[in-house]
Amino acid sequence: MEFFPDVFEIFEMPEELKLLRDSTRKLVNEKLIPREREIDETGKIPEDLLNTFKELGYFGITIPQEYGGIGAGFTGYVLVQEELARTHECFNAIISANNGIGSLGILYDGTEEQKKKYLPRLASGEWLASFALTEPNAGSDAASIKTRAVKEGSKYILNGTKHFITRGDIADIFIVMAVTDPSKGARGISAFIVEKNFPGVRVARRHESMGSDVVGQAEIVFEDAEVPEENLIGEEGKGFKTAQKVLNDGRLGMAARALGTSKRLFEEAVRYSTERVQFGQPICQFQGIQWMLAEVAALIYHMQWAVYSTALLHEKRPRINKEASIVKFMATEWAWRIADIALQIHGGMGYMKDFPIERFLRDLRALRIVEGTTEIHKNIIAREILRMAG
Amino acid sequence: MKILVTVKRVPDPDMKVRVNAEGTGIVEDNMKFVINPFDEIAVEEGLRIKEKKGEGEVVIVAIGPSVVQEQIRAALAMGADRGIHVDVDSYPDPLNTAKLLKAVAEKEAPNIVIMGKQAVDDDYGQAGQMLAAMLGWAQATFAYKVEIADDNSKATVTREVDGGLETIEIDLPAVVTADLRLNEPRYASLPGIMKAKTKPMDVFKPADLGVELSPVLELVRMEEPPPRKGGIIVETVDELLDKLRNEAKVI
Ligand SMILES: Cc1cc2nc3c(=O)[nH]c(=O)nc-3n(C[C@H](O)[C@H](O)[C@H](O)COP(=O)(O)OP(=O)(O)OC[C@H]3O[C@@H](n4cnc5c(N)ncnc54)[C@H](O)[C@@H]3O)c2cc1C
Repeated sequence: MEFFPDVFEIFEMPEELKLLRDSTRKLVNEKLIPREREIDETGKIPEDLLNTFKELGYFGITIPQEYGGIGAGFTGYVLVQEELARTHECFNAIISANNGIGSLGILYDGTEEQKKKYLPRLASGEWLASFALTEPNAGSDAASIKTRAVKEGSKYILNGTKHFITRGDIADIFIVMAVTDPSKGARGISAFIVEKNFPGVRVARRHESMGSDVVGQAEIVFEDAEVPEENLIGEEGKGFKTAQKVLNDGRLGMAARALGTSKRLFEEAVRYSTERVQFGQPICQFQGIQWMLAEVAALIYHMQWAVYSTALLHEKRPRINKEASIVKFMATEWAWRIADIALQIHGGMGYMKDFPIERFLRDLRALRIVEGTTEIHKNIIAREILRMAG
Repeated sequence: MKILVTVKRVPDPDMKVRVNAEGTGIVEDNMKFVINPFDEIAVEEGLRIKEKKGEGEVVIVAIGPSVVQEQIRAALAMGADRGIHVDVDSYPDPLNTAKLLKAVAEKEAPNIVIMGKQAVDDDYGQAGQMLAAMLGWAQATFAYKVEIADDNSKATVTREVDGGLETIEIDLPAVVTADLRLNEPRYASLPGIMKAKTKPMDVFKPADLGVELSPVLELVRMEEPPPRKGGIIVETVDELLDKLRNEAKVI
C-alpha cells in the first residue's frame, strides 16, 4: 500500500502518462536507487545508466515527435521529474536542459532550421544543452546582464561571463542571453544558440559547491565569441521574453522534484523510525517522532495536489505565473523542512554519509535558489495581488 | 510466428499487502498493480523470439475487469503488437481461466502460448498446465531457456527442475511457462509507451468466446500471516544448539 493516493485516481490524465510514470518508477526502484552509493563514491553518472537513459528516450520527453522526441508534454515531464527526484539528483540534472530550458526556447521561438538542426540531437541525448543567463553581477535581477552581442557582418560577436551554469563544463550547446541593445533594458536582450566549439567560447572553471555536484555548475567566458546570425533565436530584443516563457515552465518541475525527494525522505524516515531501537522500543513508538512523521505526511499531501492541479491548469492556459510561483516556492521550502525532519529522525546517522539523507538535504537546498529564489517568487505573487487590488 | 502471451494484473509485489476486515480479499486503496512478474518474463521471451525470427506477431491476452487493460498496454509498450481483453467482473479460478484461454488460443491459432509459471497473487500455478491439457498440446513448464526450430515445428526448452536443469524437445504448438531466470525483461522505451495507445485491442465477453464460466473453487477466507515474534540473542553456541534441538526441534 502507498501512503498517498495516486494522482491518476483523482485527475483525468492520458493513460500513456501513467505508463510513463510507472515505467520511470520501476527504473528508479530497480536500477537507479541501488547505484546511489556508487555515484556518490565516483562522483559520476555510470556510463551504462547514461546509455539506458538515451536508449529509453529520457532526453526528449518534451520535444515533439516530429523533431525526434517523445512528445509527452508538460505534465508528462512533471511526472518524470517527480519520480527521478526519488533517487540521486544527478539524473534530473542531466536530462533537464534537453527537456526544458535548453530546448524549449528553440521550440517556442526558433526557426525551422534551428529546430531541425538542434532538437533531434538534444532529444536523443547525443548533445547536451545548457541555459546561460546568470552572471556574476546579474542573478535575481536577470535583466541587468552585461554580456554583449554586437552584429558584425553575418555574425554576432559575444563578450561576457556567465556563472553557475548547470552542465556548463559538459554541454555541447548553450542558450545564451546577451544584450544586443543596451539602451532598451530587458527589451534589448536577445537569445542565441552557441555551440561549445564556436571560436571564443571557453569553460573558465567548474564551481565547487555544497551539493548538486555530480552534474555540476561552471563559469563560461565569451571572448570575441563568434556566433553565426542564423543562431539568433527569434528576433533581436525578444530573448528575455523567450527566457521567461521557458523558466515559467521549469518552475513546476522544481516543485515536482521537491515533491519526489520529499516522498523518498518520508519513506526513509518511516523505515528508520521502525527499525531504530532506543529506550527499549523502536523510536516510532515515541509520540515526538510520530508527530514529525505526521507533519511530513501532511506537507507532502498538500504538495502533491498543488503540483498536479497546477500542471493541469497549465495544460489549459499558458500563463500560470502566480500559480507556478506559489507552488515552486512552497514546495521547495517544505521539502527543505522535510529533509531537516528526516535527518533529525535519523539522529547522528542522518548526518553520516552511510545514509542518503545528508546528500538529499544538500542537493535539495539549491531548489530554493534556482529558477528564481523564494524571495523573487514572493515578489511575483505580491505583484499580482497588488495588481488585483488596483 | 504467432506468439500468444498471457498477462495477469497483480498487486505490486514490492508493496505491503493488507487483508480487508471481512477476510474476503485485500485492501485495494492506494495499492499499485503491475503485470505479474513471471508474465512480464513471458512477454519478454515472446518479444525476443519474434526479434530473433525477424518476423511474427506477439499478442497479449489478459482476463479480468476493464482495469486489466492497463497491464495489456504496459505489455504493448514493451513492444507487443496487439491485445485481447477478456472482460469478466472478477478474476476466475485456474480452471475457468484455462477455459477462457483455450477459446482465445483456438481463435488465434498461435504457434506457441507463453505464460508465467504462476501468478504471484494467488500462487496457484495451474493455468498453464490445464490449458495445455485442454488443448491437447505439449507443455514445457518452468522454462529456463527456449529455442524455436527454424521451421517453427518444434521447440527445445530447458527447464528448471529440483537440483538442476532438464532439456526437452516439444512439438509446436505448445504451452510454455516462464521461470524466473528465463530472461530479464526490458523497460518500456518512452516511444514505445507513446505508441502503445495506438495499438489494437479487442475486447471479448466469455459468451463471445462461447465459454460459460462455472466456478469450481470458492475463496473461503483470507488471513494475514501472524506478526513475526521478536528474536532472541543467545549467549553461546551450546545454548543455540540446545534451543534448536529441544525448543524448535529442527535438528
Ligand atoms: C545549483 C545551481 C544551479 C544553477 N544553474 C543555473 C543555470 O543552469 N543557468 C543559469 O543561468 N543560472 C543558474 N543558476 C543561477 C541561479 O539562477 C541564481 O543563483 C539565482 O537566480 C539567484 O541569483 P544570485 O545567486 O545571483 O543571488 P542574488 O540575486 O544575488 O540574491 C541574493 C539574495 O538576495 C535576495 N534578493 C535579491 N533580490 C531581491 C528582491 N528584489 N527582494 C527580496 N530579496 C531579493 C535573493 O532572494 C537572495 O536571497 C544556478 C544556481 C545554482 C545554485
